[in-house]
Amino acid sequence: MPVGGYMSGIFGSSPVDPMQEHMAKVYACASKLVPLFNAVINEDWETVEKTQRKISRLEEEADVLKKALRLNLPKGLFMPMSRQDLLEVLLSQDKIANKSKDIAGIIVGRHMTLPDVIHEDYIRFVQRCVDACKQAKKAINELDELVETGFSGQEIQIVTKMLTKLDEIESDTDHLQSGIRHQIFAIEKDLPPVDVMFLYKIIEATGDVADYSQRVGSRLQLMLAR
Amino acid sequence: MEIITEYSTTFLILAGVFGLFMAWGIGANDVANAMATSVGSKALTIKQAIIVAAIFEFAGAVLAGGQVTKTIRKGIIDADIMSGSPDLLLYGMLASLLAAGLWLLIASRNGWPVSTTHSIVGAIVGFAMVGIGMEAVKWDKIGFIVASWVISPLMAGTMSFMIFRSVQKLILNRSEPLKQAKRYVPVYIFLTGFMISLVTMIKGLKHVGLEISAGESYVYAVVAGLVIMGIGQYFISRIEIDPKADRYFHYANVEKVFGVLMIVTACAMAFAHGSNDVANAIGPVAAVVGIVSSGGEVAAKSTLPIWVLLLGGGGIVMGLMMYGRKVIATVGKQITELTPSRGFAAELAAATTVVVASGTGIPVSTTHVLVGAVLGVGLARGMAALNLNVIRNIFMSWVITLPAGALLSIMFFFMLKGIFGG
Repeated sequence: MPVGGYMSGIFGSSPVDPMQEHMAKVYACASKLVPLFNAVINEDWETVEKTQRKISRLEEEADVLKKALRLNLPKGLFMPMSRQDLLEVLLSQDKIANKSKDIAGIIVGRHMTLPDVIHEDYIRFVQRCVDACKQAKKAINELDELVETGFSGQEIQIVTKMLTKLDEIESDTDHLQSGIRHQIFAIEKDLPPVDVMFLYKIIEATGDVADYSQRVGSRLQLMLAR
Repeated sequence: MEIITEYSTTFLILAGVFGLFMAWGIGANDVANAMATSVGSKALTIKQAIIVAAIFEFAGAVLAGGQVTKTIRKGIIDADIMSGSPDLLLYGMLASLLAAGLWLLIASRNGWPVSTTHSIVGAIVGFAMVGIGMEAVKWDKIGFIVASWVISPLMAGTMSFMIFRSVQKLILNRSEPLKQAKRYVPVYIFLTGFMISLVTMIKGLKHVGLEISAGESYVYAVVAGLVIMGIGQYFISRIEIDPKADRYFHYANVEKVFGVLMIVTACAMAFAHGSNDVANAIGPVAAVVGIVSSGGEVAAKSTLPIWVLLLGGGGIVMGLMMYGRKVIATVGKQITELTPSRGFAAELAAATTVVVASGTGIPVSTTHVLVGAVLGVGLARGMAALNLNVIRNIFMSWVITLPAGALLSIMFFFMLKGIFGG
């Protein structure tokens, strides 16, 4: 029997907690890219496959959270941020997990190795992309504080600072990415062409992890602006 | 009037039982809903909420409930027209009580939006219109009451919006919110205590036989506010600040300070509710008692017997303990979003609006006022998610509850008339 009537009817379920939970899951998924590439470099195929399965499972879990959250956002909900922005943030978060899964899938599927010259740089690149994701997660974790303060005052500055740092990290990854492309360009004639194709694809997908992390931040910025 | 003298005991017992039934319903659902806001924000446990409600509902009913009781009793129906047929008024009041009580039970069992105020006003207007005649209803007064049902939630919403904005400006958006909270929360506590005691003294205490001048009222209200503030400050100083809690949510300790404030506003809320909604149950009882004790006269100036008040207060506490506990637990779990800093703003605005309405003798719906106040906080971007469908429910309540209460009371009116003859 539904007891309570209005008082419980007025409170919709807050999207903030599920949003943060989703981001935490996405970060857990993306952060596995570092051990994945370490294992690739060491040609430890057992670990590679194990990590790929982990990434795949985390991505699925994030998907479940995403769907549940979407179902909980009916049109009649009155929120301090726009529903559109919120859904866009969710979409960008989800794409981080998707990209991570794609990368792991290609690597396992094609049994990919990385040319020796880029080993060191690539690990740094992946680490930096995961850093971007971590920074995005940190910013999303401020959502409940933003709601508490009604998106104003001191809290805005805290989040803005975080987003500036996120932009810096993303720009770092851009530099690292172009450096790696350059190195591969120099040796690409000596490598099997199909491998090179997929190598570029992996590089791009890894960079996308940082790009989508930044997009999470820029959508959050839109919420602050209103 | 022979019927009245002949069956006087029967009528008194019926009025007592029906009144108790209605009060029980109010306690089980309405009060429980109002208290759930405090439980949901974890400012009070369920047990504490019931104790607070029991004490302050009662105090509100006795100290500030007189005006609304008077309105329900003789503000809706024209007493001059009724002076020739007191028996009809008597049946009507009994029928209204039974109708409103039953309707509350049916509706809350099915989770339909109901308001005790709307049920009883609908019931009284219903039997008067059909059983006596259109001219028996004071339509200008009804128009005024209905207008207040629209205005009161808006007023509470505006007020809670401003209160919450001030909280943001003074406390939440500062660089040291905890320090600011400790400084300003006592001020809000003072305001709450001051406002409630002022309205009570200016409007209410006459009924208890105390005469205080306006000037004295202000002085006493300031004193009362300061005393409550002192008690609050003591409890604030005893809060254990846990820096670890702030790591997950930066405002965890700030909310603890607001928790003290919310206990005060919870008391104010219960007081306000008691001052307005208890009258829904005891107003008709008082009317019946007035007619019976004067031997059939539609009393011009009769005082409210204390046992009627006790009946209302007792019924509410019973309803609260027997069934309201469950409502509080359920609703409390669903509204955890309402943290103390927001909950207090909503409660303070709602309590102020309701107490002012009580002082003026206007029966308003406490629940609707509280919903308006919560929406006001939401408009200040203070709530993570509000379901606007609830506004539709409020309109539904107007559309459904008024005719339902009216129809039931018309039915009971003719039944009683048939049984006792008229």
